[in-house]
Amino acid sequence: MKKLKITIDGKTIEVPENATVLDAAKTAGIAVPTLCHHPKLTPFGGCRLCIVEIKGIPRPVTSCTTPVSDGMEVTTSTEQLENLRKTVLELILSDHPNDCMVCEKAGDCTLQELAYSYGIRENRFAGERRIYEKKDGNPFLERDMEKCILCGRCVKICDEVQGVGAIDFTYRGFKSKICPPYEKDLDCEFCGQCVAVCPTGALTGKQWALKGRQRGVREVDTVCSYCGTGCNITLHVKDNTVTRVTSKEDTWNEGWLCIKGRFGYTFINSPDRLTKPLIRIKDRSSSLNSSNGLDDIFREASWEEAFDHIASRLSDIKTKHGSDAIGGLSSARCTNEENYIFQKLMRAGVGTNNVDHCARL
Amino acid sequence: MAGLAAIFGSGAMTNSIREIEGMDIIFIIGSNTKESHPVIANRMIKAFRKGAKIIVADPRRVPMVRFAESFLNLKPGTDIALINGIANVIISEGLYNKEFIDAKTEGFEEWKNSLKDFTPEHVEKITGVSKDEVIKAARLYGNSRNAGIFYTMGITQHVCGTDNVSAVANLAMLTGNIGRESTGINPLRGQNNVQGASDAGCLPNTYPGYQRVDLPEIREKFEKAWGVSLSSNPGLTATEMIPAAHAGKIKAMYIMGENPVVTDPNARHTIDSLKKLDFFVVQDIFLTETAQLADVVLPSTCFAEKDGTFSNTERKVQRVRKAVEPPGEARDDLSILMEISGRLGYKMEYNSPEAVIREFGQVWPAIGGITYDRLDKSGIQWPCPTKDHPGTEYLYKDGFAKDRVRFNAVPYTSPAETTDKEYTFVLTTGRNLFQYHSGSMTRRVEPIEKHAGVAYVEINPEDAKRLNIKNGENIKISSRRGAVEIKARITSTVSAGTIFIPMHYAEASANILTNDALDARAKIPEFKVCAVKIG
Repeated sequence: MKKLKITIDGKTIEVPENATVLDAAKTAGIAVPTLCHHPKLTPFGGCRLCIVEIKGIPRPVTSCTTPVSDGMEVTTSTEQLENLRKTVLELILSDHPNDCMVCEKAGDCTLQELAYSYGIRENRFAGERRIYEKKDGNPFLERDMEKCILCGRCVKICDEVQGVGAIDFTYRGFKSKICPPYEKDLDCEFCGQCVAVCPTGALTGKQWALKGRQRGVREVDTVCSYCGTGCNITLHVKDNTVTRVTSKEDTWNEGWLCIKGRFGYTFINSPDRLTKPLIRIKDRSSSLNSSNGLDDIFREASWEEAFDHIASRLSDIKTKHGSDAIGGLSSARCTNEENYIFQKLMRAGVGTNNVDHCARL
Repeated sequence: MAGLAAIFGSGAMTNSIREIEGMDIIFIIGSNTKESHPVIANRMIKAFRKGAKIIVADPRRVPMVRFAESFLNLKPGTDIALINGIANVIISEGLYNKEFIDAKTEGFEEWKNSLKDFTPEHVEKITGVSKDEVIKAARLYGNSRNAGIFYTMGITQHVCGTDNVSAVANLAMLTGNIGRESTGINPLRGQNNVQGASDAGCLPNTYPGYQRVDLPEIREKFEKAWGVSLSSNPGLTATEMIPAAHAGKIKAMYIMGENPVVTDPNARHTIDSLKKLDFFVVQDIFLTETAQLADVVLPSTCFAEKDGTFSNTERKVQRVRKAVEPPGEARDDLSILMEISGRLGYKMEYNSPEAVIREFGQVWPAIGGITYDRLDKSGIQWPCPTKDHPGTEYLYKDGFAKDRVRFNAVPYTSPAETTDKEYTFVLTTGRNLFQYHSGSMTRRVEPIEKHAGVAYVEINPEDAKRLNIKNGENIKISSRRGAVEIKARITSTVSAGTIFIPMHYAEASANILTNDALDARAKIPEFKVCAVKIG
């Protein structure tokens, strides 16, 4: 691709001809504030924060929607630009709830960060507020439209990446709002991609409400345990509990997840988890049902007892009927290392090739 | 998988997920990608937005149809006829890749002759897909030299599953659409580490790394590596072990993290078989439907509680990291297995999961170059034989395992069970977007259960009207093997005469109804077609 030369804040750099001025600034290592822009989505030019001055153009232009041209001279920060940016932020904040103290997004909020860096305390434009009831009954996503700044990232990602188009802009002017058709409850794939790109606290996960924000939260990078795609995920851990799942933008899956990957993690802490070895005390004709509770069928045992019991029963059967009377099913849920050891146990320990897993099922 | 390996040398996806973006034709057959592999579907949509054309062949109007240039709405179990028909058109219109066929394949003429009967008209009769659609799809795929085929269990879970895979492979060979970037055959793996479990040798016919147990020199290699003499008897597949338990040949089973009572066909037979065992151990994180039948249940750890690696569908080995401590006395699976092995007289000692993968890499050079250090930032796709090898994005760049790959003639055969006067509907099964496999994990996630916690059967509006079934009404579905009561969901996702039940719901399990007839070679059951009646 052809390269073009452009000068930004006195720095001359080469960028591909299809780059925008914002891309070029990024290449030059210059930070330009944005709210609506997302590198994986088509440019929108909605928030007006990324305005820059270009020599020969009388008014500031949005850098995210302006393509570079050869020899272009760009200035990203002047007193006038900063004043305009501050005004834009004040306008956005003028009808914002400002309830950062209880907001799930606090500490990780682009709007909060910008308000901080522009030192916005009082607001010249404070006045009428958009009051919306949080009324979406879906079990996954909290939609707090009072915190929405209409950046449109959620609308774009739902359409461009997810191919769903579950939400869009409705009404006009001050009443503009993003919602599903006819303002009904959200009924979509619940991938939560929109939550991942929302720059404010307008979209969050219902499951992670009040479970911890940043302080005391550890992030652990790992791999999703559902389908075979193997998306890279980050587990947010507080007090030995996974409180949230996210995915970073620089992972091979580009930060995209599905409903199971993003919201399907609470089984980890399910009260149903097995915590002690169990040994059957009733014969197998009686199964777990309303008249037979868990305690009627199994008793708890120590690991020592369970191991001894298993080893002696398997040895007996091997002696009596041969190794091939024993079969093992390993798990596509488990790690490579565990699978390797499982088949080694069956082949070298038990002495049979009767080992398989659910590849066929 | 076995089918693909027999032809090309490996059963894995030949391309990477990233490469989907560069394809100009994406042919999805028997894969509900948007619901079963949603993030792979995101890549396909990205390709679509860049101009790629998508062909979808499926008995159901699956969500990817929204993006399809061509939708081949075939009758369940008629894939071979459809694919052969497409191949026939590609040949008769001269769209095939003569250069590739001459240089890399054998058996073309013989195979070509086997296709004669599969005219678009004849194919329309078998599959229900109009001849014009067959021709259109053939032109789309046949004109492309940058095409990828994607399939899952919709292709393999048939008595003719191996033949289905052969038919798919023929199509790629015919057009030379394999062995290049963004060009290949891609079976999508349904579970996080089904690729890894297979790689690691949890298969009855192969040691780790697909090395055959029936070859004496391979057996000797592993006997030496493991310091023990190994059995030369071929093992049984999961789908053979259950009937063997029923017949009293298998006396004991050890199941780690699987739930065959829900996931195996003909559930009643599965339960009866497991009940006949003399001794039964289940190692799991929940008291699953299967664990409830066990003599000993061992509490183990989930993915968030341990270190190790998973290998995804594109052969990428990725690092799994421990984030939380397991509940109660639950123990990690490695230590459990090592304890038991020691007590059976075969001591295994590894001081870390990494020590295990090091040994795995010694017996299987394809992952020999993979260390945890190297996996720190991102995964590596095998083959990766040395420490400085970057891994392999797509397979067969330098040719196939054998010099030439062979075209295999595949005759069309009908499913093991077809409809008759009594059982008038075809049942097909699969997953939905919200739940996962046997449901042991997702059904314990409250919001998922709240949103998608009720079992349902999809039925076409025409059929519903004829049988006077209302949306949401509980109806009874029976097959020769059992019956379930289940909520009717009236939708044109399914065609008239076909119904669909997702596999996840133990209380109205699709697998109470499904047929346990197996593909003779791959031993995969025919989950995708059986005959049922309503009422």
